[in-house]
Amino acid sequence: MLLEVMDLYKSFGGVVATNHVSLEVNAGEIHAVIGPNGAGKTTLVSQLAGELKPDGGSVQLNGRRITRLPSYRRAQLGMARSFQISSVVNNLSVIENVMLAVQARTGHSFRFIKDAMRCTDLVDSSHKSLQRVGLSDRAESPASDLSHGEHRQLEIAMATATNPKLLLLDEPMAGMGVEESGRMVEILNSIRGGPGILLIEHDMDAVFALADRISVLVNGAVIACDVPDNIRNNPEVKTAYLGDD
Amino acid sequence: MDGGLFLIQLLNGIQLGVLLFLVAAGLTLVFGIMDFVNLAHGALYMVGAFFCAWLTLNYDSFLLALIISVPAVFIVGYALELLVIRHLYHRDHLDQVLATFGMILIFDTLAHLIWGPAGLTFTLPDAVNGHVSLFGLTDFPVYRLLIIAAGLLVALGLYLVIGRTRVGMLVRAGASNRVMVGALGVDVAKLFRYVFAAGAMLAGMAGMIIAPITEARIGMGNDILIIAFVVIIIGGIGSIRGAFIASLIVGLIDTMGRSFLDDLLKLIISNQAAETSAPAISAMLVYILMAAILYFRPQGLFPPKVR
Amino acid sequence: MKDSLRRLSLNGWVMLVSIVLLALAPTITTWMDDPFLLDLIMRMVILSIAAVSLNLILGYGGMISFGHAAYIGIGAYSVGIPAYYEIHSGLFQLGVTVVVCALFAFITGYICLRTKGVYFIMITLAFAQMIFFALVSIEEYGGDDGLVIYQRSTFEFGPDLGSDISLYYTCVVVLTLALLIVHKIVNSRFGLVIRGSAGNDARLMSLGIPTFRYRLVCYVIAGVICGVAGWLLGNFTNFISPEMMDWTRSGELIFMVVLGGAGSLFGPVLGAVAYLTIEEVLSGITIYWQLPFGILLVLVVLFGKGGLTGLIAKIGRGDK
Repeated sequence: MLLEVMDLYKSFGGVVATNHVSLEVNAGEIHAVIGPNGAGKTTLVSQLAGELKPDGGSVQLNGRRITRLPSYRRAQLGMARSFQISSVVNNLSVIENVMLAVQARTGHSFRFIKDAMRCTDLVDSSHKSLQRVGLSDRAESPASDLSHGEHRQLEIAMATATNPKLLLLDEPMAGMGVEESGRMVEILNSIRGGPGILLIEHDMDAVFALADRISVLVNGAVIACDVPDNIRNNPEVKTAYLGDD
Repeated sequence: MDGGLFLIQLLNGIQLGVLLFLVAAGLTLVFGIMDFVNLAHGALYMVGAFFCAWLTLNYDSFLLALIISVPAVFIVGYALELLVIRHLYHRDHLDQVLATFGMILIFDTLAHLIWGPAGLTFTLPDAVNGHVSLFGLTDFPVYRLLIIAAGLLVALGLYLVIGRTRVGMLVRAGASNRVMVGALGVDVAKLFRYVFAAGAMLAGMAGMIIAPITEARIGMGNDILIIAFVVIIIGGIGSIRGAFIASLIVGLIDTMGRSFLDDLLKLIISNQAAETSAPAISAMLVYILMAAILYFRPQGLFPPKVR
Repeated sequence: MKDSLRRLSLNGWVMLVSIVLLALAPTITTWMDDPFLLDLIMRMVILSIAAVSLNLILGYGGMISFGHAAYIGIGAYSVGIPAYYEIHSGLFQLGVTVVVCALFAFITGYICLRTKGVYFIMITLAFAQMIFFALVSIEEYGGDDGLVIYQRSTFEFGPDLGSDISLYYTCVVVLTLALLIVHKIVNSRFGLVIRGSAGNDARLMSLGIPTFRYRLVCYVIAGVICGVAGWLLGNFTNFISPEMMDWTRSGELIFMVVLGGAGSLFGPVLGAVAYLTIEEVLSGITIYWQLPFGILLVLVVLFGKGGLTGLIAKIGRGDK
């Protein structure tokens, strides 16, 4: 088992944001977490990425307890994430963004003399990541010139370039048009079977097209966890999404 | 070390402290609320000193000079904000540094043009030019006591305005959360302008009351500006309370260091070594203090609560 | 050779032409019989070195240091204080420059770089003032009045700095080296981290890159290069005083970098040359030259973005 979340609990003041959540992601699996607004999806990701400390419960990555580790340590252990708000380095070119991600994986960057663009390994594996998300032809553009959808693709390229074991994707389709999110589904499909993916997403079409399993989060608690077809027909889920009528 | 000298230096330290506070108060508000680096703040201190000295020399009344200079510096600050500063709020810090650096050059050269290179000196009116006895230990200039009293009075006034009034509430809110103030439906641009002008006026007042002691001189603002930076770094940017406490700490440490450090050092190292190293170390003392505080608290002693 | 000439980029051409001009400068000034001109050019070259080093942290690394002149001062005093004790060995003085600058940069950088924005600007300024006031208060080395250097640095093997011409060529060589070092650094993997952290430090951290140590090393490198510029300046002026590291000097260095275009290799050189030319021309017209200069500064900030390099690029073919 790649990621194992056990009995995670977090409250702000008196409000319970994460209510004894347990879920797991297997190697190579795409596990989606869906839920109505305010269900506590973002709070959950933040705890998994190490930006927020849980009040109780544990998180294990590859059998190792990472509950209390800071985010950069989790990154070093093979957890990569994308952000809900696009976060790339705007003053660098697209390929340089990915190169930084690769550098982060390959260890320290105290290399002062050699032109980074001539480090074949670095450039090649960066190109490979860009190819995977379909950004090869934008490699030399400044990252600030990219469109919103391309920013998102670059984020995925950066996240995969670190060669992670687990990918946390926080609403990768947010703010995208139909066409763009369709492309993103293709991209995610193409990396399927590589890293395990925990996909937090609003876009139901995308979730049902991609997920091997789906967990439904309501009011901070997981009310169902099953394969997409069963989730689609689950009465409890229907109630949670459509209200009580 | 005799008690009289100690008492004198203690008071001198407090006097430097309140002076620093007057300069730092405006600076810390401008930093805190507007996230704006104003290197030209010291120039307003200088302008205050020159206005006051010039008026005193012309009209032979220190009091009259004070009464005219205070609103005059306020107007200078107001105009400065209107003409240049407000265009810089949304620029990056580098632009702010360069533009206000240019303004220092402008102010300094203008002072040179108008009042000459030598600076202006004048004497205090007789009424405040005497000494008083302190507990029979030593004599102390009346005027320096007045500076301390005036400074503490302004600090108290500022505390009340910021702690008890609606404007003060907005200023406090602005220092910790700029967006929120705008959301409250306040004319933020106008608030900024008055806060800036008030800060300028406080710095100018500091220049006015110190002018009879030191003279009004080109470059005087730059010297105090950097110590004022140290003060607000130690106190925490945006915090009036922090600025007040840090001002007193810096004023005391600087003054006491300069007068007593060699004696202290003589206890641990040779007399000669102490006499050569003490001036250098005491000159560095407040900066070392700043470094130490920053090492443990990168946000200063009293950082604003939210950002 | 022919091939490599053809492959030269625009930067390469600028460099080649500048090097030829700089190499010929003493001959030209001798021919024009104007020794002051060579003085001015030498000052330009030395301040260019300092500006190039500041550009490394400010232009590429986004670290707005307002205390860079401190390193000029440390370098200059590394000539002056040993000379005061009659130690004239250039190697020794350079060694002192490098070690003291590196230490000062490391210690202050360790504290400054933990802070951001306005704090960073003010703290670098404050530390530079600390060194300034310390030297003002040391009577032994002249305090405020400074110290005359009666003999320049000597080398057993190497240039005889006693001659202005060979000092000049030494300065040119150091400038070339400084440019080469900065060029290498910013394009290396290390430089990628530095430039990236200027753009989005938090993102680099979340990728698992601990940026602090890279920024600190970069800060130290810039300090040492600037220290060498100070070492040259001390030799050039034969006189040192705390005024060399006055905070207005740091401000001027920032102005040079921004005027020339921060984050471009040759921008700071252009900026230094332009600044000293402006100063020379204006101060020849009026003793109040700082008034028009200050106004110019404010106007450049308010209306001119991207510096001279940006302007040239705009006029030219939009090459970055």
